[in-house]
Amino acid sequence: MAGRIKIRAQKKGELTEVKALMRHPMETGMRKDQAGESIPAHFITEVAVLHGDQTVMQAHWGAAVSANPFLGVRFQGGQAGDAVRVVWTDNQGGTGEGETTIR
Amino acid sequence: MNDTNKGRVSRRRLLNWAAALGALMTLPARAWATVSRPESAFDATALDQALMALGETPTRHEGVIFTTPDIAENGAVVPIRIEVDQTVLPNVSKVSVLVEMNPNPLAAVFDIAPGTEVYIETRVKVAQTGNLYAVVESDGQLIMASRETKVTLGGCGG
Repeated sequence: MAGRIKIRAQKKGELTEVKALMRHPMETGMRKDQAGESIPAHFITEVAVLHGDQTVMQAHWGAAVSANPFLGVRFQGGQAGDAVRVVWTDNQGGTGEGETTIR
Repeated sequence: MNDTNKGRVSRRRLLNWAAALGALMTLPARAWATVSRPESAFDATALDQALMALGETPTRHEGVIFTTPDIAENGAVVPIRIEVDQTVLPNVSKVSVLVEMNPNPLAAVFDIAPGTEVYIETRVKVAQTGNLYAVVESDGQLIMASRETKVTLGGCGG
């Protein structure tokens, strides 16, 4: 199941500011549900921000990143109309993707 | 076992590798392979252990601009921002975030491509009051900044 990403890329002078909001529970695997059963770990492990086909940043995450993760990055060389993508994969093999154009 | 059999085994193994490689290639981002996940650092259960797994002990430097709230009402969502004064700390390739009091202190490692501003905003869970660390790799050296955040409601509650 692929998760949607809310993403915005805005040009601010020389820099392009990317803000992305991912929908994900980011379960640590240490919590228990009401019945006392432990909730399996389920979190995003890899995230990448791409400008066109160039990787601007890639990250490895642990379960300590908050649920519904927010990510803000800035890069140089972006032009209005260029495509910016954010992609993730999680520890259960799930993936998510969001794309926008620079405004 | 004769030679023909040996040949068959290695061929099968080769096919398995090819299949595994193919699976890797279909991941959404092709760049994963360039930097592998620092598993031992993520598995570390103490701050010192996590820092050791990342490399040498980092030196403190005010060129790392680390912004965290002094008091977090909700430890599950603590906004953080990391910037670097690039005139004093050039060529930053990596930024790591550690939370001292968490069961696994290492929260995230960001690999920064050349040309990308060293500017990262995200939100992390903080189990209880303690220090947060931002460790950056500048010209191959580990440099850090730390900030204390007081938590009034823990980040790992259930």
